[in-house]
Amino acid sequence: MAGTAVRGRLTWQTATVSSLTRETPSVCTIALDVPHWGGHQAGQHLDVRLTADDGYQAEREYSIAAAPGEPVAITVERLDDGEVSPYLTDDLRTGDELEIRGPVGGYFVWEAGPHDRPLLLVAGGSGIVPLRAILRHRQRTGATVPTRLLYSARSLADVIYREELGQYHDGVQVSYTLTRSQPPGWTGHTGRVDAALLAEVAWPASQDPVAYVCGPTNFVEAAAAGLIGLSYPDQRVKTERFGGTGGP
Amino acid sequence: MDALDGNAIAGLLRDVFGTEMTAASGTCAVCGATRPVAETRVYVQAPGTVVRCRSCSSLLMVITEVRGVKCVDLRGLAVLDSTPAG
Amino acid sequence: MSPVSRGFHGRRRETPGQSGRVPPGQYLTTDFPVLSAGPTPHTPLGEWTFSIRQGRDVTRSWSWAEIQALPAETITVDIHCVTRWSKLDTMWAGVSMDTLLGQVEHSAGYVLAFSDGGYTTNLPIADVSDGKAWLAFSYDGGPLPAEHGGPARLLVPHLYFWKSAKWVRGLELLDHDEPGFWETYGYNMYGDPWREQRYAGD
Repeated sequence: MAGTAVRGRLTWQTATVSSLTRETPSVCTIALDVPHWGGHQAGQHLDVRLTADDGYQAEREYSIAAAPGEPVAITVERLDDGEVSPYLTDDLRTGDELEIRGPVGGYFVWEAGPHDRPLLLVAGGSGIVPLRAILRHRQRTGATVPTRLLYSARSLADVIYREELGQYHDGVQVSYTLTRSQPPGWTGHTGRVDAALLAEVAWPASQDPVAYVCGPTNFVEAAAAGLIGLSYPDQRVKTERFGGTGGP
Repeated sequence: MDALDGNAIAGLLRDVFGTEMTAASGTCAVCGATRPVAETRVYVQAPGTVVRCRSCSSLLMVITEVRGVKCVDLRGLAVLDSTPAG
Repeated sequence: MSPVSRGFHGRRRETPGQSGRVPPGQYLTTDFPVLSAGPTPHTPLGEWTFSIRQGRDVTRSWSWAEIQALPAETITVDIHCVTRWSKLDTMWAGVSMDTLLGQVEHSAGYVLAFSDGGYTTNLPIADVSDGKAWLAFSYDGGPLPAEHGGPARLLVPHLYFWKSAKWVRGLELLDHDEPGFWETYGYNMYGDPWREQRYAGD
């Protein structure tokens, strides 16, 4: 039964939408009030289940945009042919209920620690969401691990959390590559994320970094292959592939 | 149809196994490749969930839901280690 | 009981007057969802063949050119997926299975269709005969896209669509009913959408 979930157990429970923030014209952050939330790790996600009045159900998973300790929130990109995402980004209202399950994921997580390897975060489109949780977690814990974010988006208007990402200065370098259109005077990168771009931006393998790559499948395959080509060991390249077409 | 990876079924696997499984280590019974479950190739748009080896595409796991009961076939995995070292 | 999500309808469309064409438990869609259990194969047409086999023997085999030279039909049918979507008035072109099976002497009671990538599905011979099945290579007026099973798939619209094997390369003739891929994992051996035969034991 919804609502009687044991803390920490993975059962469906009903959360309430506490706020909605439009990040870009097609992206919305949904903050949730979750009655039985046992905490989460940066990089984890949660499952969302919608039920129509005739009982039809659809389930999707969304990365948690919040750091551990912050109120639970997900950031959803509207896919034009999506069944669930347009409902979440356009129809949902504060006070609505959402069935959720989580947190889930034990592989694509980052914990701040005393001897952290240099951190490389590579985001394609909405793949920025779990990486933003990692950045927020790094900031909240006062970690000083040298960090580089390479964020690939179609255009500047498609960059999610742009203002927030511009505020990191303490050991975090943020690079963008805008693949379809750039504003006048753009001095950042414009190509797809590949071995050549990574060779410029990524930590050299000799510094023993760890990489988190997230985005649509094609993006992740290209970026991960690029990092392996730069001699990153397999186990130092963590990947999370999203479905849908919301890629750069 | 692009395949996803084991992260996409983290919730399903936790439901089935009762514990977090994406960091678990799976060894393909056909080619011997050993990887975290998160790095498998996963097909979720099907009458069931199909998990394949990233190296050789052999079936590792098939999960179906038959009349509300989840059925898991793990014949394609030689080893599934839910607490891998390192 | 899950709470109802206010205002959520999903992708379904209700079309007035169609209820007699939609089997129990199904909903109508105007999309054509792509379902797959594995990577999309890409066999070059020059290497592609369709075979009818009995045991290890290839009884008869056709190249792409030979298939194209056979009389083909255009048909418009409704299709029903076990994942609950139904799509009406889908247009296909292909060679009737009767044309192909008619060129083989056999007394088989069942077939196991086999595809590139290892997919299989089983059917009684009666369900791939008498105008009920095709080797389809065209959808909606164009070549069948790879994601939907091209260059050619089995088309058996009176059964759940998992029986319409994508990337089909042939039929194995059998004297017994042998479970194919989804049948092995708990799906029904026959799969009649009108009797809602989704799972084994339905």
